[in-house]
Amino acid sequence: MNTATHVYDARGMARVLETAAAWLLGFLWVLPLLYAFWTAFHPAEFSTRLALAAPLTLDNFAKAWNAAPFARYFLNTVILCAMVLAAQLVLVTLAAYAFARFEFPGRNVLFALVLVQLMIMPDVLIVENYRTMTWLGIKDTILAIGLPYMASAFGIFLLRQTFKTIPRELDEAARVEGCTPLQVLWKVYVPLARPTYLAYALVSVSYHWNNFLWPLIITNSVESRPVTVGLQVFASTDQGIDWSIITAATLLTTAPLLVAFLLFQRQFVASFMRAGIR
Amino acid sequence: MTRTREWLYAWLLLAPAMILLVLFTHYPAVANLWHSFLSTPKGNRPAVWVGADNYAQLVEDPIFWQALTNNFWYALGTIPVSIALALLMAVWVHGKVPGRGLLRLAYFTPTVLPMIAVANIWMFFYTPEYGLLEQLTKGMGFASHNWLGSKSTALVALMAVTIWKEAGFFMIFYLAALQSMSPSLAEAAAIEGASRWYYFRRVTFPLLMPVTLFVLVNAVINAFRLVDHIVVMTRGGPDNATALLLYYVYEIGFRFWDSAYAAALTMVLLAILGLTALFQFFVLGRRTHYQ
Repeated sequence: MNTATHVYDARGMARVLETAAAWLLGFLWVLPLLYAFWTAFHPAEFSTRLALAAPLTLDNFAKAWNAAPFARYFLNTVILCAMVLAAQLVLVTLAAYAFARFEFPGRNVLFALVLVQLMIMPDVLIVENYRTMTWLGIKDTILAIGLPYMASAFGIFLLRQTFKTIPRELDEAARVEGCTPLQVLWKVYVPLARPTYLAYALVSVSYHWNNFLWPLIITNSVESRPVTVGLQVFASTDQGIDWSIITAATLLTTAPLLVAFLLFQRQFVASFMRAGIR
Repeated sequence: MTRTREWLYAWLLLAPAMILLVLFTHYPAVANLWHSFLSTPKGNRPAVWVGADNYAQLVEDPIFWQALTNNFWYALGTIPVSIALALLMAVWVHGKVPGRGLLRLAYFTPTVLPMIAVANIWMFFYTPEYGLLEQLTKGMGFASHNWLGSKSTALVALMAVTIWKEAGFFMIFYLAALQSMSPSLAEAAAIEGASRWYYFRRVTFPLLMPVTLFVLVNAVINAFRLVDHIVVMTRGGPDNATALLLYYVYEIGFRFWDSAYAAALTMVLLAILGLTALFQFFVLGRRTHYQ
């Protein structure tokens, strides 16, 4: 990070005011989260009463965990994220390689067709994709949740950019050594694109961990529901609206991602930056 | 390799991704158009050609118009505010604010949370009588108000959630751009005696324009693509005050199972996204992206 003094950093009174404003906004930004934490870690009678003496408890988490098959939901989400990511990495790598380093008729048209998905995402094609899944007979499976996302235009685009920055000389040297194009891809391009892969993986996993509408539509059983849908089913069935438990369940489903984010904050932020700069 | 072999090789490399893309992006978009001219099959009655009937129904459907208007206001209410906040946040955490790391964390954290978790957290925040918001407003002597339950405030309450979730995400792109800006620009401007505000207005902001446009396009897409919080918080209510277009598609398609009408509604959504694409292509040009 750049920590050098900037000529136009705020000074004097302006600096005090800006710092105050920045912190006020920061406080506003964490307030809903802090409130959720408060509610989840205290007995229900303190959920709306902010008393310092309120006892801490993990009961809400225990109750939430026992009230719905969250373990299964977590497993489903992990399988979903792993499956989608694995498929994406393979498909995206091959396609990006073709676009970056091969000359062939139809290249521009095909690339334009790929870019269409940046605008028209599977997220809005729910009616037709539901029809397709029904026709394929894989409704209510984890595969059906992930399938529309496996060929990712975003990934192809991102990786093609990275591949194009790799000097052709490396490529040609490897070919002179007798490598086939696939070996060149595996030995030259993939290792050099590692930061892009990391960035893409983080973005992909957090996208599919968080995805909700399509999984809600296509799944209908405990065996296939990811945590987001599981949480919604749990919170909307009549729990007598016990906010302490619902909030605990919410934090529970978010915890793995949130912990990962706090641990790998730098990588996350850098990844999102890298993914955004095209 | 000979030329034809190279072509063949490239096509083979592309094939797996292209097949899936066609199957789940291009085919559904085209099939959707086709199905919007058919009727919804019911029981043993198959779908029949009905021409523009579904579109005629759409034109006369007040809920559709309301969803479209809602979506328009929702976009207008969330996009400028989240972009402005994102820029402000980026400038702050780029400068030498004390506790910069913590601030950056505070701003960015909502971005990694699932929208559905965010919706649950905010629903509790908005709860009448008990929610934190009520407690604050009651403490200040205001009358109790059901933020999500009344027609006049429900959509605004949802906008706040979206802004909260998106601003930190957009901040990242501004931050990246600010960090790659050469410090000599500022030094030169300072020598010329430009004020801080003048420098921001005439140098920083114009240089950030490509980022602003990129973020703008993303924000527009998100405004039409993301309705998770509607499903959790209001289900489009009260009285359709928070029905957005995609939510209405979901309701027609998967609660009333009227797939033909849902297809016609989806076409409107696709048209809006298509216009956004054209905007990106012609206004942003190939210069900034897609190189």
